[in-house]
Amino acid sequence: MFEYLFGPFVQYGFMQRALFGSLILSISCAPVGVFLMLRRMSLTGDAMSHAILPGAALSFLFFGLEIIPMTVGGLAVGLLVALGSGLVSRFTVQKEDASMAAFYLISLAIGVLIVSWKGSSVDLMHVLFGSVLALNNAALALIAGIAVTTYIVLLIFWRGLVAECLDPLFLRSVSRIGGPVHLLFLVLVVLNLVGGFQALGTLLSVGLMMLPAVGARFWSNDVRSLCVIAVAIAMASSVCGLLLSYHASMPSGPAIISIAGAIYLFSALVGRRGVLASLLVSGRHKTA
Amino acid sequence: MSDICLEFKNFTLGYQGHAAVHHLSGDVQRGSLTAIAGANGSGKSTLLKGIAGILKPISGTCSSRFNRLAYLPQQSELDRTFPARVIDIVSLGFWQRRGLLGRLTPEDMVDLGNSLESVGLAGFEKRPLDSLSGGQMQRALFARTMLQDADLILLDEPFNAVDARTISDLVTLVKGWVAEGRTVLCVLHDHSLVREHFPQTLLLARKPVSWGSTVDVMTSDNLTRARGFQEAWDERSGWCEERLPTEGHGHQHGLSGPIEKKVAARV
Repeated sequence: MFEYLFGPFVQYGFMQRALFGSLILSISCAPVGVFLMLRRMSLTGDAMSHAILPGAALSFLFFGLEIIPMTVGGLAVGLLVALGSGLVSRFTVQKEDASMAAFYLISLAIGVLIVSWKGSSVDLMHVLFGSVLALNNAALALIAGIAVTTYIVLLIFWRGLVAECLDPLFLRSVSRIGGPVHLLFLVLVVLNLVGGFQALGTLLSVGLMMLPAVGARFWSNDVRSLCVIAVAIAMASSVCGLLLSYHASMPSGPAIISIAGAIYLFSALVGRRGVLASLLVSGRHKTA
Repeated sequence: MSDICLEFKNFTLGYQGHAAVHHLSGDVQRGSLTAIAGANGSGKSTLLKGIAGILKPISGTCSSRFNRLAYLPQQSELDRTFPARVIDIVSLGFWQRRGLLGRLTPEDMVDLGNSLESVGLAGFEKRPLDSLSGGQMQRALFARTMLQDADLILLDEPFNAVDARTISDLVTLVKGWVAEGRTVLCVLHDHSLVREHFPQTLLLARKPVSWGSTVDVMTSDNLTRARGFQEAWDERSGWCEERLPTEGHGHQHGLSGPIEKKVAARV
């Protein structure tokens, strides 16, 4: 049993790095996902993960499968899309989801064009699904740096983020910080997606961000504990997913996300605020 | 210090070139309690947004002299499903004094407790927002407004969907603020409330119909005039060409010159 659970991580350096990388990513992504969910931007993460494709693809064209150029490219295009849709929605009547949809579709189309222009579909699969088992030290350092940045920004702007989600009009009446906080938050989303893109690929990086956050919502009604629960779910998914991938010879990224999905479904069913809890209302109640 | 808190000069606010508040002039005395009345769409909420600086005026000015402003918008803007407790939303009232990073002091927490108690929500600190009734929510927002410790307070239809007892509690609070020397402007639908509690009234129908002491303003003659304004936008309505003595030229509530000429030519 011990061998089954810990053996892979003790014996193989690539498994250690994979574990380390996905755990840091879990710690960093999950709170960002919680805020995305609370701002009703759950699908924004998905859109952004597609939007960073042309940047990664362009770097892939010039530098091949190198982690640093692809990260920088993805980051640049992701920020461009985030800023573009943010600005369009701030200064016109169009809502953020509409402008985000427009920008990410443009971006995705360009990305697929670039990939199909030079690369084969095998390369595209690699870009889309990533390879947590091939993390090198540079990529690990990058993920760690992103995690530290995320936590610094979250700690400093926590009150602003909560206020902007809770009562944006009130915040506008007392402070001008609402707009900058919103943009900074979008930057965090892109940063974490790029970090996830190293480990899991663009298609699944958003899974580690959103699934634990959405699953956590069935257990708690407080922002702080939501973040803690989401991080716990993400870390558990990472460990179990890697073990599953090792023992069943599955691709690691999809394995991790499948576990996160299973935890989500379990939470939706039996969570304190889940389906069963709302169906099986007990007759017992307090008088006041 | 002058005892005028707000001074409007031809203050005009609008959306997409259509005036919603048209040529408002006059001033609000410090420490006064003014009701803003009028039909739906008469520009009441727009005026508050203009004073709060959320909406930029099309023309004219509103010069204001206050240290701190508290603006209580209509309730629909707040996300009631957000996983927050009463204490979280009420403590937003400290924002102007504590800012983004400042920690709340123990005295702040005492103030917070007192404010909740004075709106009748003692012991509600840890209650989640989605468990509050409409009236309780409004009481919590009043507590937040109190904590802002503002000398100019703008309330936008604060008594909507609130029962009589809550209204009388909240009105008592508002009168207490005025007694402390704060200036309060309050958008109201209920004419009997206006007559009963508010010494000053501004009656709006896009343009000001009447402004002064409530007994002079809330006459049946004025109210009939306030009801009879055209609420719909009219694309063919002419551009306002009233000449302003200070500016020396007519202002346009619209886009650029050529379009204005075209419209003017057709009219």
